[in-house]
Amino acid sequence: MKFYDKTAAELQELIHSNEATITEITKQTIERINELDPKVDAFLAMNEEKAMAAASEMDTAPMEQRGPLFGLPIGVKDNIMTEGLVTTASSRILEGFNPIYNATVVEKLRAAGMVIVGKLNMDEFAMGSSNENSYYKKTRNPWNLDYVPGGSSGGSTAAVAAGEVPFTLGSDTGGSIRQPAAFCGVVGMKPTYGRVSRFGLIAFASSLDQIGPVTRNVKDNALLLQAIAGHDEKDSTSADVEVPDFAAALTGDINGLRIGVPKEYFAEGVSESAKAAVYDALEVLKEKGATVEEISLPHSKYALATYYLLASSEASSNLSRFDGIRYGYRTNKASSLLDFYMNTRAEGFGDEVKRRIMLGTYALSSGYYDAYYKKAQKVRTLIKKDFDDAFKNYDVIISPTTPTPAFKIGEIIDDPLTMYANDILTIPVNLAGVPAISVPCGFEGDMPLGLQIIGNYFDEETVYRVADVFEKATDFHKKTPQLWEGAAQ
Amino acid sequence: MAKMTKEEVIEVAHLARLAITDEEAIHFAEQLEAITNAMELLNELDTENVEPTTHVLPMVNVLREDKAEAGLPRETVLKNVKEHEAGQVKVPTILE
Repeated sequence: MKFYDKTAAELQELIHSNEATITEITKQTIERINELDPKVDAFLAMNEEKAMAAASEMDTAPMEQRGPLFGLPIGVKDNIMTEGLVTTASSRILEGFNPIYNATVVEKLRAAGMVIVGKLNMDEFAMGSSNENSYYKKTRNPWNLDYVPGGSSGGSTAAVAAGEVPFTLGSDTGGSIRQPAAFCGVVGMKPTYGRVSRFGLIAFASSLDQIGPVTRNVKDNALLLQAIAGHDEKDSTSADVEVPDFAAALTGDINGLRIGVPKEYFAEGVSESAKAAVYDALEVLKEKGATVEEISLPHSKYALATYYLLASSEASSNLSRFDGIRYGYRTNKASSLLDFYMNTRAEGFGDEVKRRIMLGTYALSSGYYDAYYKKAQKVRTLIKKDFDDAFKNYDVIISPTTPTPAFKIGEIIDDPLTMYANDILTIPVNLAGVPAISVPCGFEGDMPLGLQIIGNYFDEETVYRVADVFEKATDFHKKTPQLWEGAAQ
Repeated sequence: MAKMTKEEVIEVAHLARLAITDEEAIHFAEQLEAITNAMELLNELDTENVEPTTHVLPMVNVLREDKAEAGLPRETVLKNVKEHEAGQVKVPTILE
């Protein structure tokens, strides 16, 4: 029997009716990864031995004590700390780093009974939109192996799209879950800032980073967010708000839902096919009882510049901890302490990370602080206000997730500004801190397109409800890449 | 439009503790100039009376109870240290 095309509920049914064991599911998952990953290159490290041991122990747990994700396999992005399992954030500077504690989300996965099968490739320190910035390998898009999977959580979305694993965690600072989810044709959620603890997430930009779930369908996504959400005393920026039952929000009823469609998100640079797919999606939602109106988020065009100044500034500060002294890569060329630091960091970081550290250092340096950093913080206020105003009259805001589908590996890697433009439709969401999901909504040629559904603060429930109605009314999420069938089971 | 010189990049790299060659500095100067010029777009906006946003949620500082808690064992903490001796982190000799 094949397990890799099943939903969480279907897998649980097999387990509870004794047609499958957790050990069998885990074993098949690992076999499929071993078979497909030489092509996809999504995984950096495997956790085979411990996963199999955990699975066999879980098989003895009483059925009535098992939750909806108990015994199901998951992969974790490599910037999330997993005790005893190498965690590098895809950087040379953390080569071989073996965490001595778990991120809070990892503790929560364990509490939910999930089986961690391995760590997933990403752009170094989550800086990038293509996975080409990993020090270790380039993950490929399962829909066409010559194309990028997107980034920075490209390993997390490619692994799900290839059917290697049904659940992964990613992180999203400017679109790093939603953009690769769109490129790979899977479901990716960036929760409200503060919804999920960042303790044990290797920090990139602390005021923007948020961990979130990647899955093949909306229901499973809601279940996984349920497992990882909640206040954490170890993260003072995690919000002390109640976590609702996300799966219960999938009522199928969006009658009277007010959808705002920002005209700025359909501007120059957004491909005709991406626009058309969203217009079609809006028709589907209208048929289900929603109303659609064009709105304006007038400061959208300033989001990219604001983001790169703020995110790079925060990164330059966060990444100053990597100095080669207590852990991580260490240079062997140093004649002074200063030399030691400078060579360790120059040899340990890749070009994009250096670019952002330098941009951030520049923006924070005396003489430029007001002109760049403080200015950007003020514009952030205006961008946030655009969303606050819109949510007074609308329940969700809908747009394409990305201006175009995935591009070819190597196509724009040397042009940072063009690369950054991939995130123009996702970045404002992080600056405002609101939640947003990307769900499959069409294709341009063979490559998937994503629909972005943005919600109000802590209203992931409405986002999931709309996403679920759309998914049930369409077939895009049922399509699988060719490589999916190629695997023998 | 601001011009980014090789010398400025070398200075910034120094502040960021990144060793950099002249060739790299020229390359980064071009890219950082293009990036900072794109950032100048923000100057279109009058933000004189706008408050800066550092965090999107209303947040207050959180303090835990002032009670001693055991830290991680030293052996565990030293696990990722490249070289250590007698429970202390060893670094290369840097003084003649």
